Amino acid sequence: MSKYILKRVVLMIPTLLGAGILVFFLMRLIPGDICELRYVATGFAVDQEQIDICRKNIGIDRPVIIQFADFMFGFFTFDPGPSMWTDKPVMEEIGLRFQLSLQVAIMATIVATIIAIPLGAISAIKQDTWLDYAVRLFSIAGIAIPSFWLGIMIILGLLIITQEVTGIPWMPPIQYKPIWEDPIHNLSQLIWPAVATGYRYSAVATRMTRSALLEVLREDYIRTARAKGLIEKVVINRHALKNAMLPVVTIIGIEFAFLMGGLVVTEQVFNLNGLGKLFVDSVTNHDYTMVQSLVMLVVLIFVVVNFLIDLCYAWLDPRIRYS
Amino acid sequence: MLKSTGRLALAAAVGFGLAAGAGAADAQTPKKGGILTYVVASDLPSFDAHQETTFGVIHPLAPMYSLLIRVNPANPADPTDFECDLCVGSVPEPTDGGKKYTFKIRKGVKFHDGTPLTAHDVKATYQKIIFPPEGIPSTRKAFYRAVDNIEVPDDETVVFNLKFPSAAFIPAMASPFNFVYSKKDLDEHGLEWHKKNVNGSGPFKFVQYQPGAFVEGVRNEDFYMEGRPYLDGFRSIIAPKMAVRLQAIRGDRAAIEFRGFPPKARDDLVKALGDQITVQESDWNCVLLSTPNQESKPFDDKRIRQALTLATDRWGGSEYLSQIAIVKTVGGVVFPNHPLAATKEELHKLKGFYPDMKKSQDEAKALLAEAGHPALKVNFSNRGVDQPYKIVGTWLVDQWRRVGIEASQRVQPSGPFYDTLRKKKDFDVSIDFNCQSVINPIADISKFLGSAGSNYANFEDKELEDIYAKLEREADQTKLRELIRQFETRALSDEANGIVTLWWYKINPHRSYVKGWKIAPSHYLGQQLDTVWLDK
Amino acid sequence: MTTPSETAVEAQVEDLQVKASFWQSAKRMARKQPVGVAGLMVVILMIIAAIFAPVLTPYDPVINSYEYILTPPGEGFLLGTDQFGRDIFTRILYGARTALFVGFVAAAVGSISGLVLGVGSAYFGGIVDLVLQRVMDVFMAFPLIILALAVVAILGTGTQNVIIAITIPFIPQCARVVRSNALAIREIPYVDAARALGFGHMRIILRHMAPNVMAPFLILFTAFVGQAILLEASLSYLGLGVQEPTPAWGLMLQGGAEEYAESAPWVAIWPGIAISLAVFGFNLFGDAVRDTLDPRLRSR
Repeated sequence: MSKYILKRVVLMIPTLLGAGILVFFLMRLIPGDICELRYVATGFAVDQEQIDICRKNIGIDRPVIIQFADFMFGFFTFDPGPSMWTDKPVMEEIGLRFQLSLQVAIMATIVATIIAIPLGAISAIKQDTWLDYAVRLFSIAGIAIPSFWLGIMIILGLLIITQEVTGIPWMPPIQYKPIWEDPIHNLSQLIWPAVATGYRYSAVATRMTRSALLEVLREDYIRTARAKGLIEKVVINRHALKNAMLPVVTIIGIEFAFLMGGLVVTEQVFNLNGLGKLFVDSVTNHDYTMVQSLVMLVVLIFVVVNFLIDLCYAWLDPRIRYS
Repeated sequence: MLKSTGRLALAAAVGFGLAAGAGAADAQTPKKGGILTYVVASDLPSFDAHQETTFGVIHPLAPMYSLLIRVNPANPADPTDFECDLCVGSVPEPTDGGKKYTFKIRKGVKFHDGTPLTAHDVKATYQKIIFPPEGIPSTRKAFYRAVDNIEVPDDETVVFNLKFPSAAFIPAMASPFNFVYSKKDLDEHGLEWHKKNVNGSGPFKFVQYQPGAFVEGVRNEDFYMEGRPYLDGFRSIIAPKMAVRLQAIRGDRAAIEFRGFPPKARDDLVKALGDQITVQESDWNCVLLSTPNQESKPFDDKRIRQALTLATDRWGGSEYLSQIAIVKTVGGVVFPNHPLAATKEELHKLKGFYPDMKKSQDEAKALLAEAGHPALKVNFSNRGVDQPYKIVGTWLVDQWRRVGIEASQRVQPSGPFYDTLRKKKDFDVSIDFNCQSVINPIADISKFLGSAGSNYANFEDKELEDIYAKLEREADQTKLRELIRQFETRALSDEANGIVTLWWYKINPHRSYVKGWKIAPSHYLGQQLDTVWLDK
Repeated sequence: MTTPSETAVEAQVEDLQVKASFWQSAKRMARKQPVGVAGLMVVILMIIAAIFAPVLTPYDPVINSYEYILTPPGEGFLLGTDQFGRDIFTRILYGARTALFVGFVAAAVGSISGLVLGVGSAYFGGIVDLVLQRVMDVFMAFPLIILALAVVAILGTGTQNVIIAITIPFIPQCARVVRSNALAIREIPYVDAARALGFGHMRIILRHMAPNVMAPFLILFTAFVGQAILLEASLSYLGLGVQEPTPAWGLMLQGGAEEYAESAPWVAIWPGIAISLAVFGFNLFGDAVRDTLDPRLRSR
């Protein structure tokens, strides 16, 4: 088992490195540079001299190979350097947004799980009945409706409905406060993106629950349980669901990994200062250091989540556990 | 739903009525207290306004700093109305043949950390702006080419000595980016300190900054203007999406936004909230132009360029586009309604500004045929921002299509767009713009010169340069106006180096309880917030 | 020329595979999955709209008409006009072309590339598998936004490049699934037997591995088309997708969704419905295909 773990951990490194190298070169292939954007994009006429000073201060006037060496050094010493746009440490910038993104991701996961598992179970048990069709339609709608459109409709709906009912239009707060500071403010802001994202998220999980449960229900030991005379409810809850959970947990885990840093559009719509927004801003600003660090972070999360899932499967497979 | 004309009429009536109402309300006595919450579309890369060029720095930080002189916030539409902020009395007239400006500094001003402010601080600030040491960027350095040196004869006087008299000096000094820093801070902490730290003498003190989220300020109890500021504090929230900013005002999460909204957004707000919304509107010191690349054949042929401008229906476009975009007024090279700007009659004489569109289009087609390109193909580069670039771009493509020109619009995000415009230059025609803060016609029209750093048309025109050299030093207003007309005719009509489309239009709907803020022709001006109060 | 023993092996091999002819599957599906058939109807409707667009509407989707800016539905414009005076119904019909084109090409290129890589990776194993797996990992974890931004910035905007940007995340997704299915086959002794009998790589892959991965492949393909349409919409919303004046549903949402959400809601509602309906249809159909082809999910 420990050999297996070691092998998997070691395999993470080339993935991270590969991602880092890819983003390093990809970003530098995009035409335009950060200093130009910073000074010229606002429409003012700025001398080339000023732009050159800026480039020199940041270090992007050096040959690419030197910048690459710098990047590799930073990778192995876990010190990416400061953000090119704000000159503050990358970790500081990320840390602030990480909190918010994490909270939204967790809340969305909770929403998704609460919806997906019961609905998926019902859909599987009552396969091909109108209940099954209703659940499937509901969940496919979750995938089909563009999430940003849903977000816009939610906010607009809130404004219009509250104005109709109370005369004063209400919208969620546009400024973030951590949950321990002001729980009501925090939740009243984050529940909406959590629901909008969670709905879509639940769609995938519902379908997975359904197909996993269907598969399990065909197994012999279920037939045996029924033959033994156990009530259907006990069969489902005690035997089937438990075994169906593994692929479901897998899907939830993978989707969670995507949620961190993947909620670009949702964050724009709800004005959340999260990792997705940082991502887009950094790419638009050509802040190479920031983008590199963010990509590594996202890839790291993805790889770690996958590793943990694989670990679960390995644990359950005696051939590997006992080797 | 009202038809389009009905909607126009409603908007006009609302605009007039509410603007008039706002004027009357100014006669009220300001109330003290309250926190002003507003939304800003842009984040700020650093706190040092001497380096940055974005309004994302001005909107949250201008309230924390003082300027030497500033545009009068009670009368910002008048481009010649400057008042003293840190200086005493009125803005000084130059002496010594127009080459010496003496400013007397107020007594009793203190920085937020308690340090008294003297003329030495003003000198240190302008040394940094005008004569920065190596490695320190100062993006508006070029505005002060006329300055020779700065002297401080005593603690309350600062003197600027110019190399030659310049009518552009005072407007340049009023730049909202010239935050006055403390000499002590610059000496002790270095010239980079202000990128991450705030210590000003303005009406508000810095409280906190959450990166990507908001800036918070609180009243400076020791502010040198008696009775001001009225507000207890402010909160500047960063919201990049326009829809969010709009909804924030509607849901009262923010009271005002200082840059501006498109016309339909204003209509929606007014419809939803009625008289709880006040709308202020003004021409904007920003103009969109399309720039033909004269290094790309056949755009070096002026007949082709003239055809491009002749095909553009500016008068008609103004009517349609002002309903869906933040553009409106037809104008030449100078800010419309400025004394030096062209009148309607003078504009009608320029190619592309004829009142008769059919005549204009026929002339365009004739010129294209004469130049040998009756079915011209244009590679048109545009910037991937909706308001107003993509809207005006799509409109331009359609206008050109009507005279047989086939333009393919290549829209790119800002980075690659600028790369194309400035470095690669692989475009036939590109969208371009001329935006300034303080209205300074002589400086602003330099954009149209082939030698200007911000000119991307890649041409040389000695005659235009000569006209400009003359008008730069012309003191007589009538002669100056005449020279500017010559400049305009050559640049826009004869040579058609820059094809001015429409001037931008600033529309600021805000919550009616916000008083004391007057709209300026630029979103950089009048943002110190010392005159603002809440009627709640 | 095959020897009698080879033929016998092949016959047994074929018995081991799920053997259902195309029409048998189709008939089974229609009987058991009416919902899937509904999805198919939606897809066919889209295709008809795309092909017959010029016949179904007299308006041009691209020309601006400033006299008719933001007209509400009715009075000659079935679904109203947008901010440039263009008829929305027309743009939705022509938009179906863009959606189908982007959807199918992206899905096809993505899934076929994934198929090849997945099967190759499974079949050859060893170092090839290891390296390919890592590369696939990198691309799967890599945020689509950056990829899309980079592709668009380097290659320019436009339909072609949007397709490239969308295709990239599909390849590792498909490769992974295909690989695990193909791996299952690889372990079965008949492949060793076939190799022992001297069958070439290509023959084994094509005749034995590929058919077994057909089922998940088809399922993935239909899912990808829906995903591609959605991705194009998201990218257009961010300004990275198809550009004006091409009619495309995502682009229509970007220009109109927020600014006119109240004064002219029809600008945003119809493209949103079109996207949802299209993705809905493809997913329903894809679900039905999967339920039919996967014996484990068939109802009792």
